[in-house]
Amino acid sequence: MKARGLRALGVAVAIAVLWEGAKTLFAIPAWKLPHLHEIAGDFVRRTGTDQLYLWVIAQNAGVTALESLIGFALGSAVGLVLAIALSHSRVLERGLLPYVVASQTVPILAIAPMIVVWLGTTWFSKAVIAAYLTFFPVTINMLRGLRAVDADALALMHALAATRAQVLVKLRLPASLPYLFTALRLSATASVIGAIVGELPVGSRYGMGVVIINAAQYYNWRPANLWSAMLVSALIGIVFYHLVAVVERRVVSWQPAAAAA
Amino acid sequence: MAAGRGGGVIARGEANVPPIIELASVRKTFASPAGTMEALADISLQVDAGEFVSIIGPSGCGKSTLLRIVGDLVEPSAGTVQVNGKSPRQARLDRDYGIVFQTPVLYEWRTVLENVRLPLEVTGRPRAERESRPPALLRLVGLESFRDHRPSQLSGGMQQRVSIARALALRPAILLMDEPFGALDEMTRERLNQELLAVASETNATVMFVTHSIPEAVFMSSRVVVMSPRPGRIERIVRVDLPPERDEKTRALPRFFELVTTVRQSLRADANPGPRDPR
Repeated sequence: MKARGLRALGVAVAIAVLWEGAKTLFAIPAWKLPHLHEIAGDFVRRTGTDQLYLWVIAQNAGVTALESLIGFALGSAVGLVLAIALSHSRVLERGLLPYVVASQTVPILAIAPMIVVWLGTTWFSKAVIAAYLTFFPVTINMLRGLRAVDADALALMHALAATRAQVLVKLRLPASLPYLFTALRLSATASVIGAIVGELPVGSRYGMGVVIINAAQYYNWRPANLWSAMLVSALIGIVFYHLVAVVERRVVSWQPAAAAA
Repeated sequence: MAAGRGGGVIARGEANVPPIIELASVRKTFASPAGTMEALADISLQVDAGEFVSIIGPSGCGKSTLLRIVGDLVEPSAGTVQVNGKSPRQARLDRDYGIVFQTPVLYEWRTVLENVRLPLEVTGRPRAERESRPPALLRLVGLESFRDHRPSQLSGGMQQRVSIARALALRPAILLMDEPFGALDEMTRERLNQELLAVASETNATVMFVTHSIPEAVFMSSRVVVMSPRPGRIERIVRVDLPPERDEKTRALPRFFELVTTVRQSLRADANPGPRDPR
């Protein structure tokens, strides 16, 4: 644990050295790459209404995190149900899977405003956009996991004259848990992106999407502002990813230590 | 029970009782893009209740397919099969047989005890039985102290013992075993041979046992069915007239070596057919 902390610190220091080194060496102006202390300083500045900016951004991050979380749960559930349905019927798979794939080729930037128009600028519309990005990895991975069951493990169930439901609950689902968690790691970060994109259309008042839009508008005047927004957005995704990894280690305890994050 | 520690008794088929497994003119062909492949050609075999019958033959002779036909896991292309006086399908639905595969096929997310309990869960046995039977079965195979281990924490031999315990969970009349000890070292294999004999005679199960080890087949069986390679046919059935009580001493008997030789020669007879035999 300690070694890991040190390693992370080492990487952070290396990035900082590279960052500042490049800035000095190539004389990169602040509007292209601000100083690290300027980005850090952005968090402790006072806003126009005399609030600590760290507090303001934390509130917005909280809104985005909540939307992502709900979208993540919603999308995972939909993805799981869809995978189970598709795995039970080749006809269904052949009929539906192309549309499932097509849904992900449409730019989320085009879909998001439409969902917001349909559902209103509520937290729910953002959660739905997050779910839209979340369900896909779950469906694809679970479909694979549910089908990748060992032939003899299946023969055993057959020899026991198990019902389809029993095969699903006692064999296919537990056997595909490692596949599920691989998907959930992907989905965890995708759900944050989805929520942020959902906050971009006009009308939203809170969330990292709003913070990013505002920061982008004033970029020339205060470039560090956009960098701090990016940093916080990334942080939400990283925290989500690690939460999934923690749950995975508990649930899939029979697996020899899943690849560390 | 007649079974002593580490030994076992071979039951003899009884004359007036109908065979528990009966195959008549069974054929199996597999279709593949390269054409059809004949796996089994005209197999007729009767196994009496309480018998221990081994099926031996070179790789690809269809011995596993034969076992799976009895278990209704593979459909024969022609011929008739009766298991416990019923169609194989009905016998499967009635859970008349327990099966052990070459690999233990334990569900890794379940503990050892939970793996043994699986058949009792699937068949919806009463709670009392689900609680009491698995520990008793683990005692039978000598693994009661490993009940809460994960399968991956066990050696290959121990895992296969768990899988035997699981196969016995529903007290089946028939045990189908598909090279269960094939992946184990010789020492472990010989020990498990004796354990299996003890367990089989204790439970009065009829055993159909696929193997590619000649001594194993002779040591355990009342009859050894020798199969020829593709398409699989029964080359010869060797009746094992060793004393029914089998233990380490059995392996030292002159008759044991004679029978091993007989089986080996039957295998040789067709393993290298025709004038292409380089020897």
